[in-house]
Amino acid sequence: MTTELFVQYLFAGITYGSIYAIVAIGFNIIYNTTGIINFAQGEFVMLGGMIAISLLSFLPLPAAIALAVLLTMVIGALIEIIFIRWLENPSVLRMIIITIGLSILTREAAVHIWGENIRALPYFVGNEITTIGIMGARISPQVLWVVGVCGVMVVVLHLFFRATSVGREMRACAANRLATVLCGINPRNMVTFSFVLSAGMGALAGCVMSPITYTQYDMGTGLAIKGFTVAILGGLGHSGGAVAAGLLLGVIEAFSVSVVPLAFQDAIAITILLLILFVRPHGIFGSGEAARLKAF
Amino acid sequence: MAILAVENLHRRFGGLHAVNDVSFQVAAGQIKAVIGPNGAGKTTLFNLLSGALMPSSGVVRFQGKDIQGRRPFEIAALGMARTYQNIKMFTGMTALENVMVGCHLRGRAGFFSSMLHAPWTWGEERAVLEKSMELLELLEIGECAHVLATSLAFGQQRAVELARALAMQPSLLLLDEPAAGLNIYETAEVGRLISKIRDMGITVLLVEHDMSLVMDISDEIVVLCFGEMIAEDLPAAIQKNPEVIRIYLGE
Amino acid sequence: MKRLLAILPLLAVVVLVQLLTSWSGTQFYLTQMTMAAYYSLLIIGLCVLMGYAGQISLGHAGFFAIGGYLSAALTTRSLVPFKEAALVRLLDGCGLLHAGRDLYGGELLVVTPWAAALFAVLVAALIAVVIGIPVLKLKGHYLAMATLGFGIIIYRLVLATPWLGEADGISGVPPFVLFFGVTVSGESSVRILNYYLAWGILLSGLILLINLMQSRIGRALRAIHGSEEAADAMGVNIARFKLQTFVLSAVFAAIAGVLLTHYNGGIGPSEAGVMKSVRYVAIVAVGGMAHLWGAMFMGVLLNFLSLRGVFGSYDDAVFGLILIVIMLFAPEGILGLIAGRKKPAATVPTVEQDGEV
Ligand SMILES: Nc1ncnc2c1ncn2[C@@H]1O[C@H](COP(=O)(O)OP(=O)(O)O)[C@@H](O)[C@H]1O
Ligand SMILES: [Mg+2]
Repeated sequence: MTTELFVQYLFAGITYGSIYAIVAIGFNIIYNTTGIINFAQGEFVMLGGMIAISLLSFLPLPAAIALAVLLTMVIGALIEIIFIRWLENPSVLRMIIITIGLSILTREAAVHIWGENIRALPYFVGNEITTIGIMGARISPQVLWVVGVCGVMVVVLHLFFRATSVGREMRACAANRLATVLCGINPRNMVTFSFVLSAGMGALAGCVMSPITYTQYDMGTGLAIKGFTVAILGGLGHSGGAVAAGLLLGVIEAFSVSVVPLAFQDAIAITILLLILFVRPHGIFGSGEAARLKAF
Repeated sequence: MAILAVENLHRRFGGLHAVNDVSFQVAAGQIKAVIGPNGAGKTTLFNLLSGALMPSSGVVRFQGKDIQGRRPFEIAALGMARTYQNIKMFTGMTALENVMVGCHLRGRAGFFSSMLHAPWTWGEERAVLEKSMELLELLEIGECAHVLATSLAFGQQRAVELARALAMQPSLLLLDEPAAGLNIYETAEVGRLISKIRDMGITVLLVEHDMSLVMDISDEIVVLCFGEMIAEDLPAAIQKNPEVIRIYLGE
Repeated sequence: MKRLLAILPLLAVVVLVQLLTSWSGTQFYLTQMTMAAYYSLLIIGLCVLMGYAGQISLGHAGFFAIGGYLSAALTTRSLVPFKEAALVRLLDGCGLLHAGRDLYGGELLVVTPWAAALFAVLVAALIAVVIGIPVLKLKGHYLAMATLGFGIIIYRLVLATPWLGEADGISGVPPFVLFFGVTVSGESSVRILNYYLAWGILLSGLILLINLMQSRIGRALRAIHGSEEAADAMGVNIARFKLQTFVLSAVFAAIAGVLLTHYNGGIGPSEAGVMKSVRYVAIVAVGGMAHLWGAMFMGVLLNFLSLRGVFGSYDDAVFGLILIVIMLFAPEGILGLIAGRKKPAATVPTVEQDGEV
């Protein structure tokens, strides 16, 4: 393999890997405050892209994206308030089924609003043939947008959880729900907020990736499975692990293009997921002890 | 002959030594009690014996066999039955059905013969039904047989759990605080019942807080404190043991 | 005997429906009733797995597809090019192959439906064992994702394999002669016969499962659901029972797949889709997880409506909505809601971890 080809594959892997990492972090945020896995996580990504594409007919690109992210956050909040908030001690099975139902409804709503066509946002800079040279390989500037935006999101999120009081309250809520209540924090608001946060992150990722990977009503399930694979691989609840695992999966997928037929691309992630679940359910980077504490 | 032998048993949870170097034996036909303050490691000990937890180190011999690494259902098949401090009913099943599950090991019917409701399973099914009913009656809750077990009163649930364990026809029965939450009359009743169970030829290992009950019925007593075994003796001697007195009264 | 009597009213309804359609000249309804019955065969199998053994599966369309696709491919893909291969000659020697002519008069050599069906169901069962051993160690979300992943892999395989017809699926699947005079086929001349056949098979399946649930095995399964720890201590081999139930439900799904494929004369990739698996879970949930009758009733009703096209382009959305509404307001199912009103004491088990912390 030539260096150019290697770099080409590497960047493709990092691009997809960043998206997977964002979806996985979305899983983690909600998982940490509620202990549930939101099967509708991938739908946030789809919604972000779709809404931005629609808004583009009235608004300039940055405004369309900003408004799309905002609207998706509102949708995230509504989903939590209408469907999740008032349930008292729901069983895991019940929560799984509810979020699966939500994912289907969102997708069906999308297909009735936007149809089955593949859509895309325009490239932020230049067009599909604009490239920049890196170590001899030709890379689209959009790739740098994806990696850059995802990277910034991860850093901002990290700072948010460390440095702001809301972020600290959310971490407290994740660590011990009862204790948070005793300190006068309303964990329910934290849960709503976690949905808003992960919806917003998903939507923004959905916008920056749209020019490269396109946006289609049914992209959510595939993303959810991969995001979940990454979340598990990185250790459920660990955002740092999710970034590492996301990039790993992205790169593995990218390099497998030359050996595995395209149709089986999804199968790679799923096979990895199954293997990890069987061998090390608490992930490669997560600790067994933590997984047991959060066992469900 | 010792039906159960515990040798240098350890169990750690992180830095906590919940069971720390415990060794004792239970002779067949005995009622042996394990006492100790809350958090002494009694329930943990039972979980180690029944296979629900793995020991960090040490050996448990049941009927002469090392049961290291065996799963709870395998240990149950060797003849060990147990009840729980926090009752664990089979939710969604009646009292009678709960007890019938206790007969599981003695049943033979498999997937296929069950699906076909094969004639050769009928006799077995009837025997299980009769046996379970008998046990409920023995524990004086026969009239609750067809009531959902989780909707029974606390004392009755305890009785169902005991009937369920007896249905296994065990050679060793582990009872974790069988009188907790019961009034003095019910407690006395439980005491008589345990003696009766012993007379049926079942060895009993008992965790209990009610000292009068323990002193009344047990043949020997083991005292645990912070995971360590501090005494093993006859009830009369335990009552006079200064260290035990200090633990129970001194603090 | 009592159990068989409980089936009688249902049998009467089945006959009544047939007579009504004959009188009113609406016999075409029987086609969808037949298909709904086959889908319901899968549903009651899944009901035992979810409701009684407490294991969710989001991959049951995968088992349906394994059954349907293998049976379809083996009975349509000609073995003529491999005529000289030892295996083909051996199969032919055992009478498992069937020679004929294709549409264009070419030579055709395919596996007979019986052999193909048995092979398909066997493969499904084997895959269920291989997948089930590791998967059933998982709980909650992990189990849901693992089975969902399995379903997606099967879907991708079907879409990417030329032998399985890729996006077009397989058509021209021959009728399945079960025994003399009884053929699984969608031809209108045997419509009534097939209606009774499908319902006969569904009711037999129901009886088998009801028997199972009222036996030693059924009690053990429900006990696992009630408290895994206590069941373990009673000597119930939990891993084995979960696996056996998983395989049983996979076999029901595969049989449904085989029969429906021969009835329809073909199968397409949407049968392996994730939406199908989710739909099956939705139906079991509406019927009340641990409620065989409810699951069967809802299976027939909802599949019939869906097949009649009542939900139009909102077909998938309807099932998504059903899932949410049922899980929000009636997690014990619609029948559970009614039963719950009658006797408030009854608590249907939920799939929750043991209470002790
Ligand atoms: N699964 C567990 N994980 C961590 N610590 C435990 C666990 N089970 C018990 N412990 C700890 O072990 C000690 C002994 O508990 P236990 O055996 O329940 O005591 P007892 O039954 O004598 O009251 C306690 O300090 C308890 O907190
Ligand atoms: Mg205790």
